[in-house]
Amino acid sequence: MELAIFYAFAVLAIGSALMVVSLKNTTRALFLFFVVLFAMAGLFLFALADFVAITQILVYVGGVLILMIFAFMLSNKELLADLQNTSSKFLSLPNWQSLLLAVGFFAVLAYGIWEWHEHTPMWITENIRSGEVIQSSDNNIQHLGVHFMTKYLLPFEVISIFLLVALIGAAHLSRKEENA
Amino acid sequence: MITLTHFLVVSAILFCIGLYAMVSKRNAIMVLIGIELIINAAILNFVAFGRYDKVNYGGQVFALFAIVLAAAAVAVGLAIILNVYRKYKTINPDNITDLRD
Repeated sequence: MELAIFYAFAVLAIGSALMVVSLKNTTRALFLFFVVLFAMAGLFLFALADFVAITQILVYVGGVLILMIFAFMLSNKELLADLQNTSSKFLSLPNWQSLLLAVGFFAVLAYGIWEWHEHTPMWITENIRSGEVIQSSDNNIQHLGVHFMTKYLLPFEVISIFLLVALIGAAHLSRKEENA
Repeated sequence: MITLTHFLVVSAILFCIGLYAMVSKRNAIMVLIGIELIINAAILNFVAFGRYDKVNYGGQVFALFAIVLAAAAVAVGLAIILNVYRKYKTINPDNITDLRD
């Protein structure tokens, strides 16, 4: 049962991601990207990362995609128009090359996963044997909060300053210049 | 209980779809979406591995950092795309060859 729901989420994520990259209409692809992110949040739940899943929905679906749609609406409507006027055929040359690249990369990754499958790293087997694996009955959010405020305090501050810097930079870049 | 291999395969497929979008698309916003797909595949890997590390919670903590990183990347990327469109009247990455004129 659990496996069936996992497969349903995986098929939903992969199928809508395939549709995102194959659709010509940018607006529709953007809205399908919502579906991909929701399905990814569902997949995070199966790794017992409930807080990460909620953050995914809040930050990505609530923030990033709304930002993208606002950027669309604030800009000219040529931005939304279909720019791929030359590649009407499915297998035109750039598509063909990049498909080859993607499939080749996937072959390498799949070979790596298949080789890796027999040699599970030492720390994973150690932790499974000593029982230090996250269980579904754990209080994830409390553990995360304690770790953020003790062990990961410096990276947390650094990433917050980084986000502040990036947002100020984005605001500076998108400002309208008066005489230019 | 779902094994690690399932997560790794799903993540690899999503990574390759993102790679395809990054290489083949002629629209900078679709390239940005490809980058987001790749970051999401990485986050899925972090989370799947972090399940086996209860002492440090490193996977989930780093996944949250990666989400923040992706949000920053989208903000800066969209600002750059809007600026480039204002200057060149196109967002096709093939036609944008100069950083300044």
